[in-house]
Amino acid sequence: MSPEPIGGVETSAILYLDGVTVSFDGFKALNALSLVIEPGEMRAIIGPNGAGKTTMMDVITGKTRPQHGQVQFAGKHDLTQLDEAMIANLGIGRKFQKPTVFENHTVEDNLYIALKEDRTVFSVLFAKRSPAQAKRLDELLEITRLGPHRDILAAKLSHGQKQWLEIGMLLAQDPQILLVDEPVAGMTDAETAETARLLREINKTRTVIVVEHDMTFVRDLGVKVTVLHEGSVLAEGSLDHVSADNRVIEVYLGR
Amino acid sequence: MKRIFAYLLPVLALTAVLSAPIPAAAQAGDTQAEPATESPPESASEPAKPSLSALLTRLGDASFDEKAAIVDEIAASGDPQAVPLLRALSGGNLYVRASDGLAAVSKGEEGSETYTSLTGDPVEAEGLEKVRVNNMLRRKVTAAVSRLGLLSPKADVRLTSARAAFLEHDEEMLPLVEEALAKETDSGVKTALQQVRAAIALTSSGVTDDAVVAAIDVIKDRGDEDARNLIKPFTESENAKIKAAAVRAANAINTSLGYWAAAQNAWYGLSLGSVLLLAAVGLAITMGVMGVINMAHGEMVMLGAYTTYVVQDVMHSIAPALDTVSLVVAVPMAFLVAGLAGVAIERSIIRFLYGRPLETLLATWGLSLVLQQTVRTIFGPTNKTVISPSWMSGAFEIGHLTVTYNRLWIIIFSLAVLGLMMALLRYTRFGLQTRAVTQNRRMAAAMGIRTDLVDAMTFGFGSGIAGIAGVALSQLDNVSPNLGQSYIIDSFMVVVFGGVGNLWGTLVGSMTLGIANKFLEPYAGAVLGKIFVLVFIILFIQRRPRGLFALKGRALEG
Amino acid sequence: MTPAVRTALFGGASIWLLGLIAALAVIVPAMNLLMPPDSAFHLSAFAVTLIGKYLCYALLALSVDLIWGYCGILSLCHGAFFGLGGYAMGMYLMREIGDRGVYGNPDLPDFMVFLNWKELPWYWYGFDNFGFAMLMAVVAPGLLALVFGALAFRSRVTGVYFSIITQALTFALMLAFFRNDMGFGGNNGMTDFKDILGFSVQSDGTRCAIFVITAIMLAAGFLVCRAVVHSKLGKILISIRDAESRTRFVGYRVEHYKLFVWVLSACIAGVAGALYVPQVGIINPSEFEPANSIEAVIAVAVGGRGTLVGGIIGGVLVNAVKTFFTGTLPDFWLFALGAMFILVTLFLPKGVIGLFKKTGGIGVKLPGLGKLASGAAKEAKP
Repeated sequence: MSPEPIGGVETSAILYLDGVTVSFDGFKALNALSLVIEPGEMRAIIGPNGAGKTTMMDVITGKTRPQHGQVQFAGKHDLTQLDEAMIANLGIGRKFQKPTVFENHTVEDNLYIALKEDRTVFSVLFAKRSPAQAKRLDELLEITRLGPHRDILAAKLSHGQKQWLEIGMLLAQDPQILLVDEPVAGMTDAETAETARLLREINKTRTVIVVEHDMTFVRDLGVKVTVLHEGSVLAEGSLDHVSADNRVIEVYLGR
Repeated sequence: MKRIFAYLLPVLALTAVLSAPIPAAAQAGDTQAEPATESPPESASEPAKPSLSALLTRLGDASFDEKAAIVDEIAASGDPQAVPLLRALSGGNLYVRASDGLAAVSKGEEGSETYTSLTGDPVEAEGLEKVRVNNMLRRKVTAAVSRLGLLSPKADVRLTSARAAFLEHDEEMLPLVEEALAKETDSGVKTALQQVRAAIALTSSGVTDDAVVAAIDVIKDRGDEDARNLIKPFTESENAKIKAAAVRAANAINTSLGYWAAAQNAWYGLSLGSVLLLAAVGLAITMGVMGVINMAHGEMVMLGAYTTYVVQDVMHSIAPALDTVSLVVAVPMAFLVAGLAGVAIERSIIRFLYGRPLETLLATWGLSLVLQQTVRTIFGPTNKTVISPSWMSGAFEIGHLTVTYNRLWIIIFSLAVLGLMMALLRYTRFGLQTRAVTQNRRMAAAMGIRTDLVDAMTFGFGSGIAGIAGVALSQLDNVSPNLGQSYIIDSFMVVVFGGVGNLWGTLVGSMTLGIANKFLEPYAGAVLGKIFVLVFIILFIQRRPRGLFALKGRALEG
Repeated sequence: MTPAVRTALFGGASIWLLGLIAALAVIVPAMNLLMPPDSAFHLSAFAVTLIGKYLCYALLALSVDLIWGYCGILSLCHGAFFGLGGYAMGMYLMREIGDRGVYGNPDLPDFMVFLNWKELPWYWYGFDNFGFAMLMAVVAPGLLALVFGALAFRSRVTGVYFSIITQALTFALMLAFFRNDMGFGGNNGMTDFKDILGFSVQSDGTRCAIFVITAIMLAAGFLVCRAVVHSKLGKILISIRDAESRTRFVGYRVEHYKLFVWVLSACIAGVAGALYVPQVGIINPSEFEPANSIEAVIAVAVGGRGTLVGGIIGGVLVNAVKTFFTGTLPDFWLFALGAMFILVTLFLPKGVIGLFKKTGGIGVKLPGLGKLASGAAKEAKP
């Protein structure tokens, strides 16, 4: 039942999933899924609805515990034993499909909350904003182009702006890996192109995993693609390579 | 599923036992040998013998010796009233009127007695004179009654008499017991008589050791408190053989009594559980299926109980002959009243608060206050009594288990309501629509289901079930404006414990909590037992926040 | 509106509130002690106590507001924390009676003598010391909240589930305190107090002193809560209220934050209870009734949850209305209370204070609160 002890596998991978199985009442959302992400890589994950993309994200971020399999981070952390907050603090950031920002906080406060800092209760209670933090907040506002809106409530942002704010919050956490779930859903073409640019920019310093439906966007990113189907990896390689795979065409592209 | 059957089986077994004919004697209890329902009161006595009243006229001022003779004559008269009469006599409760030989039995405290005839009709105190008895006469009467009972042509009378004789185990009765045993054909009565003989053997002097051991073995099989008391002295016996037999017998009896006590607790637990089930099952619909936290659910129960009261009152004034069926009429009425109230609440308050359970909780709590105060204003703050019809009063025994009819009916009723509800949700169009709306509101609306109508109906349905629970509760509890309050927290515990949205969970939850409560009571007392159960649930919810029968799956994680 | 401006605005409101409390703390005792009894400006001892009681309820409502308004946790057991604080004070006051009780027993309170207790139970030790008793008035509710909260928050019991088990908690406590063998006076509770720190609880001077202390504690409680909600931690609380799971993914251990504010809130409620008891002169298990806790919640809803000032206003307002109804139209009190619950939730989600504020500031978009807090019930649908 319990995952094998950590250290059983020597790997250079920053994220290592092996034989991960998650089932809900008999339905296998993930079926012996294995995935290896190298440091600095950007990976696109595609697959039809119900392929297990979101469940995979849930497992990596500690929301769902797998029944079987290993999930390792940076070769030394067993993610199946940690909760969401611990995993986030290790350096795994997640952006949700539906933009979720703190609507009753201002744009700046959203970023401030996400800013990497000691998160124990009492240090947060007595936290003061340092000049270095203020500078970092300015930078983030610049990157996400939300500078003019810094003092309005996040609830009043447009959909695209919220997506960007959420990416900004991810950056504020200073993670080693970003998990990004459908970042361009509901965006205009211009915003989509801009987002692709931003992700490539981020990828210069961090590992990025993108789950996306939009093929143009995936092509824009120009990275290695993993196709999931029924909870396991169906194909892996360049977009052209997987697009040529008959099974992929059958279950996904060809429809 | 297995667990559910484990709960259902005892209930099924009980219903099976019930449908089998029960000896009338079993109902009368084992300490009284009164053949109360034996024959009509005014049956004529045989002309050859002097009539009972003629004998009675002489009883008043006869000497003790003369009385002894009269007792013999009464015993020989064969009159069905002889036994109650003689019992009253030995108890010192018999009064006679010398003028016409009317006999009366006194009841109540000395100085404020009331008198009834042997058939139970009230009698004027005028002219009554107490019949004095001494010990000699008492023994005589006892012997005469035993004789009448043990040699009665009716098997059930013989059985109750034998049971009474066991308690008395009078040495002087031995010849009579032997005589009866020789004639006896019924195996049950025969066993009882053998036990009487054994009891007499244990308490008489000059019995051989082997006979004592044999007697202990016979008595052991009774397995009750009385048998244990009889055997107890012999566990200290100096004779090793007797001591061993007695200790073995006492242990066996203790074990068997322990089982019976557990069975009795389980029965009480099932009974409490069925009440909780009734109260919670409507909640399982409104909370479990609709996700509405209705703190006024208890008040729907209360409305049902008051409806029962009103129905009974109205029916009594219109057609007193139909009193026994007023409860049956009250069931649909309570469903209607509480159900309509539920629809009104849903339309006026709850529909504005969907998706805001904390606000719903507060608003419905406020509503519960208003409803309580309304009922208090209309009916007054005092308790109202709902009379139990005859078919719901009384009790019978299975072994050492006392089963009252009202609790039995309520258990059956609650299971029936649950079954009906499940069937309704599963097989009817209404059930289908309800499930559709709760699973995917927008999809259901897109398919042409009037979701708002379904909401109102579902809520009304859950409330109506609560009203039905009120009918049942009116049989067990006082009908007061606070009736619902006393059940609401427990009901919530049941639903939360069983797992929201699962009627099987509600069944298992209510039965578990009912039985747990009753098993804790003997050790911890009622209040502490309840506290333990609450603390247990609080801890349980920590372990399994979704309850016992949680639905696992992605949707839950949201 | 910048955060700085908003803080200043709230600062303004809180200055008004603190000024009002300070004014009460001066004027009320002055009107009682300095004005001659026949003066139109004289305030009776009864009135002083009554206003003092309102302030206690305001402090209780403040504690409920902190946990509900800012962290989205609807507690139905704050009456229990209030009661525990009250019992700690009651125990001290019982010990102060000494041998002046009906039975004249110097070692045991009257009810223990009546129940044939031979010696003081261990948990009564130390309650003859005022400092210890006051410490317990905070520690006892705090400890209960700590244990209960640690279990509940770790298991992620949220929304109505949490509310219902808090109600079961206070119900269980009520049953427990009704028991004579608990050693807390059973049904009758504790009453007939004589004096506090050597001053008679009946005298006008003592009453006024307790009143002033209550006002000071209310102001202090308000400032503590305000400091918390305006710190970075306060922002995290609102984040938890609005998007609990998101807050976890940003790296905050939500259960720790909830536990902190939950225990703090329970301690404040305990202080309110301790101040309440010497003013009303009695503490009994009815304080643990679930209805009391819910009344505190509705006070917050009436005042306006998510604004500390609103909590205090609600606490005073609801109890003032209660005094009015129970005095003049006792039969209508429950109607009024019930109607208040329904009308406020339906038509006044931001409470009275929402009527005066155009933009809600921190309390904006309250429906979102319910949506998120719905937690289990909605998700559990098959």
